Amino acid sequence: MSMNKTILIKPIFADNPIALQILGVCSALAVTTSLSVTLVMCIALTTVTAFSNLFISMIRNQMPSSIRIIIQMTIIASLVILVDQFLKAFAYEISKQLSVFVGLIITNCIVMGRAEAFAMKNPPIPSFIDGVGNGLGYSVVLIVVGTLRELFGSGSLLGFTVLPTVANGGWYQPNGLMLLAPSAFFIIGFFIWILRNKYAEQVEKDEFVMAPHTAQKGAH
Amino acid sequence: MSSNVNSVKNTLKVALGLCVVCSIVISSAAVILKPMQTANEILDRNKNILIAAGVFDPNVHTNADVAGMFEEFTPRMVDLDEGRYLTEEEMQELGLNPQTYDQQTAKNDPAISEALSGSEDVASIRRRADYATVYVIQNDQGEYQSVVIPVSGYGLWGIMYGYLALESDGNTVRGIGFYDHQETPGLGGEISNPRWQAQWPDKEIYNEDNEVAFRVVKGGGQGEHQVDALSGATLTSRGVENMIEFWLGERGFAPFLRNEVRS
Repeated sequence: MSMNKTILIKPIFADNPIALQILGVCSALAVTTSLSVTLVMCIALTTVTAFSNLFISMIRNQMPSSIRIIIQMTIIASLVILVDQFLKAFAYEISKQLSVFVGLIITNCIVMGRAEAFAMKNPPIPSFIDGVGNGLGYSVVLIVVGTLRELFGSGSLLGFTVLPTVANGGWYQPNGLMLLAPSAFFIIGFFIWILRNKYAEQVEKDEFVMAPHTAQKGAH
Repeated sequence: MSSNVNSVKNTLKVALGLCVVCSIVISSAAVILKPMQTANEILDRNKNILIAAGVFDPNVHTNADVAGMFEEFTPRMVDLDEGRYLTEEEMQELGLNPQTYDQQTAKNDPAISEALSGSEDVASIRRRADYATVYVIQNDQGEYQSVVIPVSGYGLWGIMYGYLALESDGNTVRGIGFYDHQETPGLGGEISNPRWQAQWPDKEIYNEDNEVAFRVVKGGGQGEHQVDALSGATLTSRGVENMIEFWLGERGFAPFLRNEVRS
């Protein structure tokens, strides 16, 4: 049981899919302008990762290696279509805002990465938990980014005004950069910096070492 | 065991089985959820007609109010080229129903649409359907209270779809609402912001010479034919302006407004 707990907790900070494995960054830039959309995206991705891990792990022993990747993609794509259909039926407003990004969960590296790295080698229950854990790890980063972007970009959280903006007769001049994708890069960068301060073992070794300066010959 | 799993027979068996299972699951989900999705789409479109007509306030009304409020409007079909309503017989002949007619689908049906030439196509929509559904409120004497027309035009990322409501004179704007667009959230996406839409009412479309004089301008938009552009969304603002120019022009609803509403 404690092993399952480790599988669940570890990807949240210690082995975060976005911050350490640098997977699934594209959707982290695209869907984080408002927190409510971010939350739905997190739930959608966690569901897809967990169930794709579960189903792939269940049939992993029957899976011919020659069509392994195709089978994984078929399962993932089916789950994503299901999620998209459910969103259109039950959360139409939000599915309109997420638009193409629900479909793009198919290409999210986290889903495929966990299927290939974990679910192919482990039994169904730990695989399911691993999917939930990685979904939560993704969610933590997205929620941090989404909170900061909506707060400083629109002066609100979940649609409720926190900092009244100048356009609505308040005092806060919103930061336009926060509404654009590059701001998510900066926030994710800071997130990784803080995380690696805490978990020093996440810092990669230098790939090369700068040579010391050599004395100049015949200068001037 | 391993060779058995990787045999051609097993590969085909697994592939076939997986495809069957996945397709059954997805198609049943699609079929079961379809009525709810269609209901959501229609609700959203009708809500935007009400927003355009200025009777729906998102702070006061909820989705549950939409159906009741929508009953005031009569959907009617318009022949855009001839600028008049279609008669019952014509609609039967063409097999069109104002309740179910979808202008976006019709746009791609060569029988009831036409391609626009480059100079005509100011809104960059390429093709235009021959018929459109408009929503009108008339009193018992048949006098118009309001006319809501569908408008669409290319913004920055894709075609924006909305409704424009006009007063009984067929010239003064009553309001605008968008139900589908792909503009950047926070920038061009602000076309859905009620605060931006609030400057539209009481603006006038046509000048004295009956030309479309409506413009989306930077820096205020105080004139009777002007609204303020969205900051950081020049192309979206231009798209909105082109959209109005096309749909209120001769290839759009101008003949209809002249013949049926403004006379």
